[in-house]
Amino acid sequence: MALIRAIAIQGLEMLLVLALAPLLTGFVRKLKARLQRRAGPPLLQPYRDLRRLLGKEVVLADNASWLFRSAPYLIFATTWVAAALVPTFGAGLMFSWSGDLIVITALLGSARFFLALAGLDAGTSFGGIGASREVMIASLGEPALIMIVFTLALVAGSSQLSHVALFMLSAAAGLRVSLALALFALVIVALAENSRIPVDNPATHLELTMVHEAMVLEYSGRHLAMIELAGFVQLLLYVSLIACVFAPFLLAPVQASAADYALGIVAYGGKLAVGGALLAGFETATAKMRVFRLPNLLGAALMLGLLATLLLFVSRTL
Amino acid sequence: MITALLALIASLFALALAAVALRRAPSATTLVYGGALALTLALLALAAVALATLGQGAREATLPLGLPWLGAHVRLDALAAFFLVVIDLAAAAASLYALGYGAHEPEPGRVLPFFPAFLAAMNLVVLAADAYSFLFAWELMSLASWALVLAQHREAENVAAGTLYLLMASFGTLALLLGFGFLAGASGDYSFAAMAARRPAAWVGALVLALALLGAGSKAGLVPLHVWLPRAHPAAPSHVSALMSGAMTKVAVYAFIRIVFQLAGPPSWWWGLVVLALGGVSVVLGVLHALMETDIKRLLAYSTIENIGLIFASLGLALAFRAIAMGAVATGAAATGADAMGAAAALAMTAALFHAFNHMLFKSTLFFGAGAVLTATGARDLDRLGGLIHRMRSLAVPMLGACLAIAALPPFNGFASEWLAFQAILLSPDLPQWGLKLAVPATGTLLALGAALAAACFVRFYGLAFLGRPRSPAAAEATETDRASLAAIWGLGALCLLAGLFPGAVIDAIAPAVQASVAARMPLQTGLPWLTIIPVAASRSSYNGILIFLFITASALMVAAAVHRFASRAARRYRAWDCGFGDVGIGAQYSAASFAQPIRRAFGTAIFRASGVVEMPPPGSTAPARIRQSRIDPVWEGLYAPLVGLVWGLADRLNFLQFLSIRRFMSFVFLALVFLLLVLAVWH
Repeated sequence: MALIRAIAIQGLEMLLVLALAPLLTGFVRKLKARLQRRAGPPLLQPYRDLRRLLGKEVVLADNASWLFRSAPYLIFATTWVAAALVPTFGAGLMFSWSGDLIVITALLGSARFFLALAGLDAGTSFGGIGASREVMIASLGEPALIMIVFTLALVAGSSQLSHVALFMLSAAAGLRVSLALALFALVIVALAENSRIPVDNPATHLELTMVHEAMVLEYSGRHLAMIELAGFVQLLLYVSLIACVFAPFLLAPVQASAADYALGIVAYGGKLAVGGALLAGFETATAKMRVFRLPNLLGAALMLGLLATLLLFVSRTL
Repeated sequence: MITALLALIASLFALALAAVALRRAPSATTLVYGGALALTLALLALAAVALATLGQGAREATLPLGLPWLGAHVRLDALAAFFLVVIDLAAAAASLYALGYGAHEPEPGRVLPFFPAFLAAMNLVVLAADAYSFLFAWELMSLASWALVLAQHREAENVAAGTLYLLMASFGTLALLLGFGFLAGASGDYSFAAMAARRPAAWVGALVLALALLGAGSKAGLVPLHVWLPRAHPAAPSHVSALMSGAMTKVAVYAFIRIVFQLAGPPSWWWGLVVLALGGVSVVLGVLHALMETDIKRLLAYSTIENIGLIFASLGLALAFRAIAMGAVATGAAATGADAMGAAAALAMTAALFHAFNHMLFKSTLFFGAGAVLTATGARDLDRLGGLIHRMRSLAVPMLGACLAIAALPPFNGFASEWLAFQAILLSPDLPQWGLKLAVPATGTLLALGAALAAACFVRFYGLAFLGRPRSPAAAEATETDRASLAAIWGLGALCLLAGLFPGAVIDAIAPAVQASVAARMPLQTGLPWLTIIPVAASRSSYNGILIFLFITASALMVAAAVHRFASRAARRYRAWDCGFGDVGIGAQYSAASFAQPIRRAFGTAIFRASGVVEMPPPGSTAPARIRQSRIDPVWEGLYAPLVGLVWGLADRLNFLQFLSIRRFMSFVFLALVFLLLVLAVWH
């Protein structure tokens, strides 16, 4: 019985993630448009896009291989599984024990690996541009994320995200310099990994400035729908990650009651709204950087992560 | 058991001799590789049984060979058994692969006799239990592999690589010889048992560490002793490259563990610091070189430096933890602290050994694949490959798996060992020394950077070689490789996945070897529910490869089935869209240099002084525009080039000695004699 309940809650969590992900993106787009005094697309536009794309025929490039056709599903599945490991409304869900923060980082890395390969598969120049820039960004973003993981793991004494979240919820967390540095670095990494504005522009279709869009240029129909959906889920994942570590209020504890979970879901909705609003505001206020300025930005995130970890190593004896 | 092992090794040597006689026979290739396959499989089985049953016991024997007053000691303990498994698994796979690949060898007589001798020598190094037989086997291994590097000796590049390799190998052996000399001390007992019982003084231990780093590190390819590796490993035939990268570097790791952890006496904490730093630097330098390399075999060789760096970084952590644990025991400090440090040392050592095993698996697979690509297309340059996923369908699948494994992505084995290394790093704030407190997070950053760059490197490798459109006519007409090669590649590739899905089984299997080297082991993993691995405590971290794999597969299949059932399944082939530019030709694809350019610009300018010069013809000229790119190895420029210059300078100065009259020569000989007699007289 307990097992069935645990599976049901985990399943609910995964479906909720899937259902909310396009809404979050739609919300950010709408808010951004309003901030720029445009009417913007309706809130539910991402769902409509997905439905339209899913129903369409796929046009494959002549040279596309089986890897190109299976990559969208793999990218979506790895991102979704990574999202299932992040506590959204409750900590310590059944599946959360099968991987820690390092696993989440590596799963996102797998998704990126397949996406970059798919970009190279059709044998076009734009796919190559996108893939090579994406791996350059990731080669600094991923280590930065690992250093943030180290910081959190050292603070909480565990690299298990549920434990980290519950620790941050407890009184023992307190205010630490390391955590502030980690938050700053995590925001930079999140912007970079989700192809948001100072790094990449999700709305652009100007060839030479784009990274993510260049990689998926050859995709169409249901394949494109899967990749778009994976992108939505990834954005949700990062917002959830930041929320569960730095704002774990009302997170349902392990073995919580139904009321706790209900409260957790409501609070989670609120956190997503705040996160989305902050993102929209930030994107409106900044401009995109040149590609070759990016190593400076991401290098800063890496250094902040290292500094946060170093502080923790050193402060152990003080 | 040990008699059987020795008999099998002797049969390998006999096979080498038989190969000399047989080398012109038409069936020689099949006979030699078939024989090597059978013998190494038997060795593998024995080694696996030994690893499972020996526990902390050992089997010993003394042969009436070698120095008359010493004899040849051989000893099989769990550590040796583990490395025998690594070596013989790689050797068996290489023999199987060579059953097919060997047919393409232009001069089989230059490979066949040395191949079994090389295998036998590697086995013998691991079994040797005295300095004399160890060094004898070590030199035999070096020379056999040198002969294999020179198999295609007509290419000037290979000859230069062989010379450099010979120099570095002799230098490494010299360092090991000196190290053993210090360990044996004045008593001159060269058996390992006597050395371990002597417990050398602290300064001797430190000196031995330095010499072991020089000797084993030069064979393993640790920066700054790596310069020969990316030249020599790719020069050999591909199955030998796989063995050199996959197995011989592990023999060097074994030598380092045996000498530093068991013979050099109680370690100091800064030993770990030195090893850690060298490992971290190797990781980043190796992978950055690999990222900018266009020759596939050389790219793989550079990536070996990265993986060796990761192994040595874990060994450095293990050494530091072990030093603190032993210090705590010696001073009678809190026993629990010593236990925790011992457990941490076991975790770091497990990570190192696990990664050594994994690297053997995926690097061998990749080198085999590179050999198959080379025979199918005749090209080693990434810019002449492409589109092989269509032409070599059964090769493309295991190669993708091996690329995922080496890029440390779940659920493959590379991730499992990297994850363990990160967990060991997370235990290190408890280390009391400031030097370690600062060095460990820095090394952690280097390892994380290395992992991300490795992913980039293998996106580039796979994406350019197997995906896209063929960049040369040869690549467009490549055909599938033979069955034996494919069997070896698929076998090792499947093991990459299996070791990643069941890391707990591997951790338990190598636990006796870990115990033999750091006197502690990780908690038993196989009894845990759902096959999870928990290195320290469930509240700290856990990983479940099989569950992650099943979830990803299940959700991908489910979603794909749902989309195809309920949404749309129509597909049409058409010209690539490419933003509406139409087909501008195959040359417009990204090349190896252009793919690496952003990373080259971000990292290369500072580290490699990478530069590119564009030669743009004046307007109206029909000359082609060219870009010339160059990079230097900072280690070569900073360390080796001055050394070479010094040697040349000295040689120039001393050149006049060759043109003296016979009188002068005679007087020099006489003076030398007098000098030596004087030395003897003063000495006594």
